[in-house]
Amino acid sequence: MLDLLALILVFSGIVFFFFGAIGLLRLPDLHSRLHALTKADNLGLGLVIVGVALLHASLLVGLKLLLIWLLALLGSAASAHLISQYALRRRRQ
Amino acid sequence: MIDLNLTILPDLLLAAMLIGLAWAALSSDDLRRGVVLFIAFGLLLAIVWARLQAPDLALAEAAIGAGLSGALLLVALRDGVAGNETAGKLSRLSRWLVDLFVLIMTCLIGWVLWLTIYAEPVERLAQLANTMLDRSGVSNPVTAVLLNYRAYDTLLELVVVLTAVLGVVVVGRQRRGYRQAGPVFCGLVQWLVPLLVVTAGYLLWVGAHAPGGAFQAGATLAAAGIVLRLAGYDAAGLPDGRLLRWLLVAGTGLFLLIGLGVTLSGGAVLQYPEAWSGSLILLIESAATASIAAALVLAYRGGRPGDWSSAGDRDPNREVST
Repeated sequence: MLDLLALILVFSGIVFFFFGAIGLLRLPDLHSRLHALTKADNLGLGLVIVGVALLHASLLVGLKLLLIWLLALLGSAASAHLISQYALRRRRQ
Repeated sequence: MIDLNLTILPDLLLAAMLIGLAWAALSSDDLRRGVVLFIAFGLLLAIVWARLQAPDLALAEAAIGAGLSGALLLVALRDGVAGNETAGKLSRLSRWLVDLFVLIMTCLIGWVLWLTIYAEPVERLAQLANTMLDRSGVSNPVTAVLLNYRAYDTLLELVVVLTAVLGVVVVGRQRRGYRQAGPVFCGLVQWLVPLLVVTAGYLLWVGAHAPGGAFQAGATLAAAGIVLRLAGYDAAGLPDGRLLRWLLVAGTGLFLLIGLGVTLSGGAVLQYPEAWSGSLILLIESAATASIAAALVLAYRGGRPGDWSSAGDRDPNREVST
């Protein structure tokens, strides 16, 4: 039962990654691409991580995975901000 | 004939992607694109090492191969391209040389692979390494090989790093710094740098009994320095003048001293007394971590110790750190 739930979570995470990738390839300009990529991938990664943590059923592994997710969130938020700010500055020049 | 198991499909996909990325990185005419593809290649290669159950190599590849080498290539590109439109493109001659190099390397690797597959089975060194493990002072076979059985190799690697840094110092010119980072990046730096320092310490300590060690720890520490540099701290966390020199030679120097000390007390070169080997290895690795980190940050920053301007001066012409 728990395994089934974990599998559902991992697969829905992969679906989010998939749509994030489609957004990256298909959307017209940099800002909307960044939007699609960061939002979809962060949520996708979170779902995958919750799924994997359920599969492991260990508190230590779960905490490590949570730390990985938080770091990925921090990194992606900051880098998306930096990229879009750089693009804005380039456009003004 | 081939036993096609469904579980190797993801691995085949990984291998195919690896070759594709390598090809894309090498065949790209735009150097910046090539460098970015090279970083992606390094990250994928780290996953492949992890799949091959070589976590030490995976860590080293991710930290040094993809991270640090990528950063160094990017900063070299930034130097070369400044004010020169054609510098970012490959000339026809270098294009041709790259193709030749790829051809030769492919033949060589194919030949070695063929030899390994059809060679007579020989005594594997891995078994020997594992049977002698309790006499090496550590319980991680990779660290035992690097710092005990084959300490020579590691000593010479540290000498190579030191020589490279001497080259950087002699060439001399310090790179342009980066503009002071905005609030978001500064916030990230405040979280990231302490975390990287703690991670480096953990990797150094854990190297004795699990994947980790001086090179991975040094690269992680150097990453903290590079993040600081990108955020506009020109010294990149490196100390000034004299202390920096000591840091740079600490790894090689301590290694040599211990080797010499062991020889003088009657053993062979770098053959530690068994009771001491654990602590000696930790000592050498700590010094090596500091040296490697300092060397990598110095290579990223460029320039000789002692002549940088204070971190407070801000130049409006500086490039943005993205």
